Amino acid sequence: MKKFISQAYLWLLLILLYAPLIFIAIFSFTESKVLGNWTGFSTKLYENLVTGGVQGGGALLRAIENTLLIALVAALFSMVLGTIAAIGIYNLKGRKKQAVQFLNNIPMINPDIITGVSLFLLFIFLHITQGYTSVILAHITFCTPYVVLSVLPKLSQMNPNIYEAALDLGATPFQALRKVLVPELRPGMISGFILAFTMSLDDFAVTFFTRGTIGLETLSTYIYADARKGGLTPELRPLMTIIFAVILILLVVIGFTQKKSATRKNPEA
Amino acid sequence: MNKRSSWTIPYLIFLILFVVLPLILVMVYAFQDAQGSFTLSNVTKFFSDADAMSTFALSIEVALENTLICLLLGYPAAWILANKKLNKSSVTIILFILPMWINALMRTLATAELFNMLGVQLGKGTLLYGMVYDYLPFMIYPIYNILMKMDKSYAEAAEDLGANPVQVFAKVTLPLSMPGVWSGVLMVFMPTVSTFAISEFLTNNKIKLFGTIIQENINSSMWNYGAALAFIMLIIIGITTLFSSDDDKQVEGGTV
Repeated sequence: MKKFISQAYLWLLLILLYAPLIFIAIFSFTESKVLGNWTGFSTKLYENLVTGGVQGGGALLRAIENTLLIALVAALFSMVLGTIAAIGIYNLKGRKKQAVQFLNNIPMINPDIITGVSLFLLFIFLHITQGYTSVILAHITFCTPYVVLSVLPKLSQMNPNIYEAALDLGATPFQALRKVLVPELRPGMISGFILAFTMSLDDFAVTFFTRGTIGLETLSTYIYADARKGGLTPELRPLMTIIFAVILILLVVIGFTQKKSATRKNPEA
Repeated sequence: MNKRSSWTIPYLIFLILFVVLPLILVMVYAFQDAQGSFTLSNVTKFFSDADAMSTFALSIEVALENTLICLLLGYPAAWILANKKLNKSSVTIILFILPMWINALMRTLATAELFNMLGVQLGKGTLLYGMVYDYLPFMIYPIYNILMKMDKSYAEAAEDLGANPVQVFAKVTLPLSMPGVWSGVLMVFMPTVSTFAISEFLTNNKIKLFGTIIQENINSSMWNYGAALAFIMLIIIGITTLFSSDDDKQVEGGTV
């Protein structure tokens, strides 16, 4: 009975969490302009999305491109900067280490709007024209701390002597980095990259304040502007449904391969 | 070894330029007028502006309510998840995180449309629903994490020594999980005070929150007043963080 209640509670929460997503998915299969108005089954919105026949002349497609481009560039830079920083922080001691870690925490604690407004003021102050560059710099700012936090645990798991050993055996510091450190830290770097990529994709407030007036739109700012105009572009419904389906499939595949490798490893242990 | 600590330097320069300097600029702009000379008028303007003050109070109220509801709903969920068999619980926790991968604005808009279709009036109730909806996973995850790491033998020892389940929870499990609760509270409370898009969508612009005022001022080039409002928010963040980290130490000191 107790088990039943707790199970039912979890399911109830999950149903509430998924209700809007299912709602979007259902109404992606009808042509109506307004979400919530069923005008018969149709796959026209999907066709529009694929053929580019989206209302508003491809602005949505450009927003998707921008979102992906910004996320990719920001996540790559964050990964490199964060990994180098993590190696440095790991080798710091005492007060200095605490101070850098404190600074590293600030972007994570700050609400988006503070990050956005403060960077907006910085770009104004430095007379930097806001656009792609400012948005990417802003995204690197709030993404890098997550990379640092993903890489640091890998450093403490690593045997510190192997890097020194590589140097002793005549490797240049760069070779030792490439051949010894990076392979050891790769899992942390990858999970940091994925985290950074996700944070960047989902960001709205920071982009909103740092994109300037050149008309740069990401998916989030596009949706915001669209909703304020009163009507949400209908093609967003199939888009969100596709994204959700892709993530779901990816997770199932990852879960499946992990299970496989886990059962393969177990007999050895 | 020491040579490699210098690898921190590029990131340190980056942090100073893009984190510390911008925060200092918020302070500088907050105490400047449009001509750039020192003034307190931005801050006094806020405290004498009845509209801004009531919006501020409402934002704090909504944020507190949201945090409390998330805690009351999220703690039991985290507890149930932590007590499940490992395999099953990791699947369920992924199910809880998965919706966060879909654009938050899109989910919020869909929630608003869902309410419209069901004939529910948009207002404070729907706003709270949407906030809980958006931030519940941020409460569940840290509590779940700490409950998973917790040494179960403490609870078992209490049980063996004759504590009933309520006592075990109140005297052992809950105090040990407080750091997770605090980081959950932090992760829910701060973003809720500052959110602006969510409140606009879920109340049809009927209810304004503090974030919306900051946004409006910055967007209409009232940078100094906007900066002053952001500065006030920074102070609240500072107080909340100090408050919670103090409590962390207490918990650690009390249990270890």
